[in-house]
Amino acid sequence: MPAGQSTLKNSIAIRTENLCRHYPMGDALIRAVDGISLQITSGEFVALLGTSGSGKSSLLNLIAGLDRPTSGTVVVQENDLAKLSREELAKYRRHAVGMVFQSFNLIPSMTLLENVELPLRFAEVDRGKREGLAKQALDRVGLSARLRHRPTELSGGEQQRASLARALINQPRFLLADEPTGNLDSLTGTEIMNFIREFNESLGMTIIMVTHERTLAERYASRMIFLADGKLVGDQSNAISATTGQTRGGGL
Amino acid sequence: MKTYDMAELAVRNLRESILRNSLTTVGISVGVASLVAMLSLGIGLQQLAGRRLQKSGLFDTVVVTSRRDLRGFNREQEENGPSPAESPTLNESARQKIAQLPDVIEAYPDIRFITELRYEDKPHLAMMAGLPFSAKNNDAFDGMQGNFFSSDTAPEVILQKSFAAQLLGKTPKAGSEEVSVAELAKPLLGKQLTMRYAERTATPAAGDAKEAPPANSAENNPAGTAYSVVSREATLKIVGVCDLDPDSMRGQARARIFLPLKLAQNLHVMQPSDLRDTTNITNAAPAYMTVEVHVKSPTQVQPVEDAIKKMGFNTFSIVDATRSLRQFFAVLDLFLGIFGSLALAVASIGIINTLVMAILERRREIGIMKAIGASDGDVKGLFFAEAGVMGVFGGIVGVALGWTIGRVINLGTNVYLKRQHFPPEQIWLVPWWLVLGAIAFAIVVSLLSGLYPASRAARLDPVQALRYE
Repeated sequence: MPAGQSTLKNSIAIRTENLCRHYPMGDALIRAVDGISLQITSGEFVALLGTSGSGKSSLLNLIAGLDRPTSGTVVVQENDLAKLSREELAKYRRHAVGMVFQSFNLIPSMTLLENVELPLRFAEVDRGKREGLAKQALDRVGLSARLRHRPTELSGGEQQRASLARALINQPRFLLADEPTGNLDSLTGTEIMNFIREFNESLGMTIIMVTHERTLAERYASRMIFLADGKLVGDQSNAISATTGQTRGGGL
Repeated sequence: MKTYDMAELAVRNLRESILRNSLTTVGISVGVASLVAMLSLGIGLQQLAGRRLQKSGLFDTVVVTSRRDLRGFNREQEENGPSPAESPTLNESARQKIAQLPDVIEAYPDIRFITELRYEDKPHLAMMAGLPFSAKNNDAFDGMQGNFFSSDTAPEVILQKSFAAQLLGKTPKAGSEEVSVAELAKPLLGKQLTMRYAERTATPAAGDAKEAPPANSAENNPAGTAYSVVSREATLKIVGVCDLDPDSMRGQARARIFLPLKLAQNLHVMQPSDLRDTTNITNAAPAYMTVEVHVKSPTQVQPVEDAIKKMGFNTFSIVDATRSLRQFFAVLDLFLGIFGSLALAVASIGIINTLVMAILERRREIGIMKAIGASDGDVKGLFFAEAGVMGVFGGIVGVALGWTIGRVINLGTNVYLKRQHFPPEQIWLVPWWLVLGAIAFAIVVSLLSGLYPASRAARLDPVQALRYE
């Protein structure tokens, strides 16, 4: 997939139209996502900003294919996710999307190598190839020395790096990050953000990052989308970041 | 996900909560073990009974009598078959025909007569009977002192315990302790008995041959019924004394002293039926009173009996007794199986419980797996595989456990039997099909128990699961 990435640059990767996700809670109806229409271009680094409860995580889950919209559409590369079967949706998550979470979400009973290898199992990659690929991915995030460790034996930054390696293992087109630095101190947070930026720039991955920290978004994202009460309230490109991101990143 | 990966993941997941999963597996094992132990006990008992019945010679024997023998007259038989006067004679050619029926091992004439025997110059009166050589394996000779006949024509006899006691003048008084066979046999084995008997010989006119062909004798003797009776004596050696009664099927006419059948035939002892046969117009050859037919197995007794009846003879067997015995064992097996299955049902509830708990515990893990690309099928398969792996281990351990339990029961029983002075018995048997069947059953039950938890895990909403802390 990365091979075809350059030709797809600047083409529309994700398009939502009047996207809604409502769910009942007691008698009330929660409008987590309420009529959002937007387009994300291939290769963009998008930050979804908003206070907690603004619907940014719900939007991310809809794009990730983890949740289905109540109404409206999410079209990813001409595929309407709402129309995919459960099986097809799982395949989409497996191959097109890599996810990173605030709480890392590594499986505690498995070593780092096994955690990173797990998506390859679901993708039915041959046993012989899996370990090499997983080692390569962990090497990329600087964890070659920690292959046999369990997540609980590692620091938060290391765990998040491992989950980045896991997100990359199937070479997806999109990296969806939900508050990736939320549980980290600013130094390790920067470390993680630099990795994400590197994936965006050198691998051409499209990044969608949920965050509530405006400064973080301004520093790394090329575009900032603001949400409030499930509605889109602002959408601006971040010229500084887009053009001088490299130097700024290097300066930190 | 590939099957092998699924199994590998399942095993490692099971190892993660080793205590709980081991306990569940032990639960399955106990279920399988009780199933195996009970069924193998049932099978063992059934085979033991079958073996005993077979050896006793009671249930695979058909007794054939001629309809001409009006002592066995029966109104029903008279209506169904030819009238006694027109029915065939039970002679040598009839015996041969019977012996050639399918599933018949042998058919031999029953020769028995009351005669006088002298032992140390004291006369004794006893019923004697010929024993075919095949009777050697009869379980009545299990505790015999001495040996069976050295050949089918050897001038030897085997005494029944009570007759041996009579010879020695040791007839036990009622209520007193019985004398052991070994004690009775010691002074008797190898000693000689003199037997007086009446020999039936063909009349000199019929030729010197003792068994003159009927055609030949008919020339000189139109009625073909003339013969002489000569009193003779024979010396016989005592070779064995048996404890049990090999002739128990005979009731009142039980013999207490046995000689080889061929020898008995060669002696041409006058039979009670011989006199009656002199009135038989159609056939003058010596006829048998009774022919005993051995059938391959008790199940084939009925068809053989029917075939012999069709030939125009009366038959008698104890086949009905075996039928009800078999029915008893079928019911016994069923009940033992039900109790075993109950144990397995309890075990499968354990599996369901364990897996449902595992889902609650691993909600987040399931959510993660779905987020990184696991399909519903993968999650379902994983839980299913975990149930299956528990079933495999539970089945194998259970069979081993059941086998051990059976061995212990067997050992205990044999200790008890030994104390009661009985020979040891195999009352418990695990055939290979039970081993494979029990393991397969454990796997199937485990998989069925895994169905609900697995589909519940597969339906889990990943967004909810990941939110859950």
